[in-house]
Amino acid sequence: MDGFLPPAQATFWLIQGRTLFWILHLLGLACFLYIAARRFVPLMRAERDVRFDRPLQRLGKVAQFWFGQWKHPRYPLAGAIHILVFAGFLLLATRAFTVLIHGVNEDFVVPGLTGWAGRAYALVTHYAATVVFLCMVVAAVRRLVFKPARYALPEGASPRRALDAIFLLGLIAALMLADAVYEASEAAAHAQLGHHGAPLGALSMPWMLEKAFASASVPALHRTYLGAYLAHEILFFFLLCYRPFGIQFHVETSLFSVYFAKLDRGTVKPVKWGVSEEQLAQAKSIGVKTFEDFTWKHILDFYSCADCGRCSDNCPANAVGRPLSPRFITTKGRDYSFEHYPVAGTARNGTPLIGSIYSEDEIWSCTTCGACEEECPLLIEYIDKIVDLRRGMVDEGKVPQSLQKPLKALESRGNPYGKMEKKRADWARAKEFRQTCEVATLDGSQRAATLYFVDSITSFDDRMQSIGRATARILDHVGEPFGILGAAEKDSGHEVRRFGEETLFMALRDHNVEAIKASGATRIVTADPHAFNALRHDYRDVPPIEHISQVIARQVKAGRIAFAPLADSQPTYTFHDPCYLGRHNRVYDDPREVLDAIPGLKRVEMDRCRDRSFCCGGGGLMLFYEPKEDQRMGVLRVKMAAEAGADVIVTACPFCLVNVEDAIKVAGLEGRLGAVDLAELVDRQIARPAPPAAPGEAPAGPGRDVVM
Amino acid sequence: MEILVCVRRVPDTSENEIQLNSEQNDIERDDLVYSVNEWDNYAVEEALQIVGRLGGHVTVVTVGGEDDEEILRRQMAMGANHGVLLSDAAFEGSDGLGIARILAAFVKKGSYDLVLTGVQAEDGGAAVGGMLAAMLDYPFASLVNAVEVLDGARALRVSREIEGGNREISEIDLPCVLSIQTGINEPRYVGMRGIRQVASIPIPTHGAADLGLAAGAVGAAGAKVTREDYFVPPAGKGAEMLQGKRDEVVDKLVELLAAKGGLK
Repeated sequence: MDGFLPPAQATFWLIQGRTLFWILHLLGLACFLYIAARRFVPLMRAERDVRFDRPLQRLGKVAQFWFGQWKHPRYPLAGAIHILVFAGFLLLATRAFTVLIHGVNEDFVVPGLTGWAGRAYALVTHYAATVVFLCMVVAAVRRLVFKPARYALPEGASPRRALDAIFLLGLIAALMLADAVYEASEAAAHAQLGHHGAPLGALSMPWMLEKAFASASVPALHRTYLGAYLAHEILFFFLLCYRPFGIQFHVETSLFSVYFAKLDRGTVKPVKWGVSEEQLAQAKSIGVKTFEDFTWKHILDFYSCADCGRCSDNCPANAVGRPLSPRFITTKGRDYSFEHYPVAGTARNGTPLIGSIYSEDEIWSCTTCGACEEECPLLIEYIDKIVDLRRGMVDEGKVPQSLQKPLKALESRGNPYGKMEKKRADWARAKEFRQTCEVATLDGSQRAATLYFVDSITSFDDRMQSIGRATARILDHVGEPFGILGAAEKDSGHEVRRFGEETLFMALRDHNVEAIKASGATRIVTADPHAFNALRHDYRDVPPIEHISQVIARQVKAGRIAFAPLADSQPTYTFHDPCYLGRHNRVYDDPREVLDAIPGLKRVEMDRCRDRSFCCGGGGLMLFYEPKEDQRMGVLRVKMAAEAGADVIVTACPFCLVNVEDAIKVAGLEGRLGAVDLAELVDRQIARPAPPAAPGEAPAGPGRDVVM
Repeated sequence: MEILVCVRRVPDTSENEIQLNSEQNDIERDDLVYSVNEWDNYAVEEALQIVGRLGGHVTVVTVGGEDDEEILRRQMAMGANHGVLLSDAAFEGSDGLGIARILAAFVKKGSYDLVLTGVQAEDGGAAVGGMLAAMLDYPFASLVNAVEVLDGARALRVSREIEGGNREISEIDLPCVLSIQTGINEPRYVGMRGIRQVASIPIPTHGAADLGLAAGAVGAAGAKVTREDYFVPPAGKGAEMLQGKRDEVVDKLVELLAAKGGLK
């Protein structure tokens, strides 16, 4: 083409384009590789992690959560914008690569993208670039005008951080614009010179620019064309090298974060990968105390966080004003990493994290409900990091005074209340109850296929013992021979482990595993989701375990449980998903099916239900912890139930029931809102040949004491 | 600074149901769980904090039998450098005076700048600390709820809890004996892993002969106080339950608290 030389052949301030772009390409690439290598340093110094197993399952995660953007639609607008930009970037990757190569080789064509395929791809890129550009505008308007609360910065954050997101949006928009100008100026010149190039996509950004450039002179278009190319070159490499300094790093790291994501729900990572439990006793230090005690995957998580705020937006601790925001756990980790492992200069390590970037209260504030992890589009892990930090604090003796007594009691008595072991089965010995249901103790003298694992709160708490008796009567009703461990049962240790006292957990677990094996049971049932999760995921070599809601649902379907209609069909019921039944084990439908099988029961859903359920305040040791907070999680939760129009909250966890019943009183909703455990409700609604002779029990008259 | 902390193993009141035996002269001791006396635990923490600031060593000592090693190990897991068991058949049945004599004999064998005890034991009578100080001819401060080491480490500034929650600040020369009040600090947590790590450290045991104690001076033979009876006080009237609407209940409560001096 006369005079209209491509960038590779043109001259830029005395230097030939081909030479200039070779230099710029190599310089940009070298810069990026250097920065990436520096970012790799803390990963190499970090603790071991086992993430190279099960490649097919991991590729499945990539397909669903990375390529499929699975979590994004949970936030419709932000999600839609992200999906469009993500798709745009994927579509434009080949285009960007081709444009870069054109700087050094004007004839380059990606193999396969010739002829009609090439023209079709060109059309796609015109629209992709246009969509990405518009998304940047919408995103910037959202951040500048509408300011969603979840993007709020922590107090004392540098003003640079506030501008960073806008700056990055601007850079991407500019990159799209540069490419469009590059293409539009060439097309406009082609038209003037009478060449017939491929048409630009009608109404796309390059198309509109071409129309705008129609009257410009060819030399002016050529200058614009070369200028746009140079701008594209500089913007591209600037963005590439700038991303590893902030939230845009996820463009590079997200694929790896998702591939290496945690695969086993409900579990807690071992204290140290590759170190046996026996060796732990001799380890010099355990848990995370300094930054390098995190595993490499956890540091990769810090890099990958896009600071989108979805975790904290769903975090119950954050909602009630506890000093915890999962988002800041990650961004503080990233800031620490960038500061102590700078791109230029020497790495400094070794400072303790607690007391510098994290506070003790912050780390104890987490109920491990899992709402943050459920929401994170990048599958970033929070619970394992919190547990690892707690392990470090426990190892140094930094445990709140309020938790020390229950931990000591768990050590000496096997329950956090310090009650005597021999009284563990007293709930089953109440006289009125024994007249309706005899509970066997599987201590060798009696045997049964099913073991009911009661756990501490249901065994010892006066109010929660009613759940134990209801569960026993249900098992009895369906004709299932069952028994309990009695004095031989100790606390499942679920929260002991999640509060970082791994050695005590192992002792409790080993004791229970022995007792379970000695009982000869071939299956286990529990009404406590925390025990359910512990025995399902934390224990090895124990028979399969089910939550009572699963048992009831199955028996209802099999026709072995029939319900009497509610005496009072006035109240509306709602189901509160316990975190360790729902999110951590995905049992959402069974309890709902059971409720819907009760004739006359009206049920509504709260806004936050199923995998977005809102934690009641936490179970196990969390009941002893005295958090700094503005209000109780339970209070927020019961207000949600009231807003949904419910009169009765049904839950399926003794800890939820404690917190919900307390919260109803604190919120002043007594008399308006009631709470009941699923097992209690089922027990009182089961259509029995003769009425249950339990005059002293709370669940006596259907519908009467449920509500008040 | 070399600090000795005298500790004692007691039935844990929060984890036991204390009942009298059939003879009514002791509590039922089957199925009890034990822990370190709560006041002593604060004393050990205080010693560890002082040594953490100034350097030195913390030694924990108890009078008892093999079973009592358990609490020495727990305090060593907490950070105490040495544990010593004072054990002898002749020590059995010692009263407070006897325990103080045994401890005094041990203190004289070493060279400690500071000796700490708890204010009292959960099953004791707050008798040992003062007698120990008198036998050693050391100054003594009781009910201590803050300790500050003065320059040169020749004296301490201590705060004592006096009636009504007030504080009295005194200077006391070293060496001295302090009885430590709960709440002086926040004792660190001792995990199971820590206890396992000190499980194999040998704990030296000293008997009456090692301490140069005459058999008649300690134990049942030397006891001047003998326990006669244990009894459970009769249950008093039940708590008064305030009835009525919330505002009325609150008003009534405020009135009652003010009348009893709980509100100023």
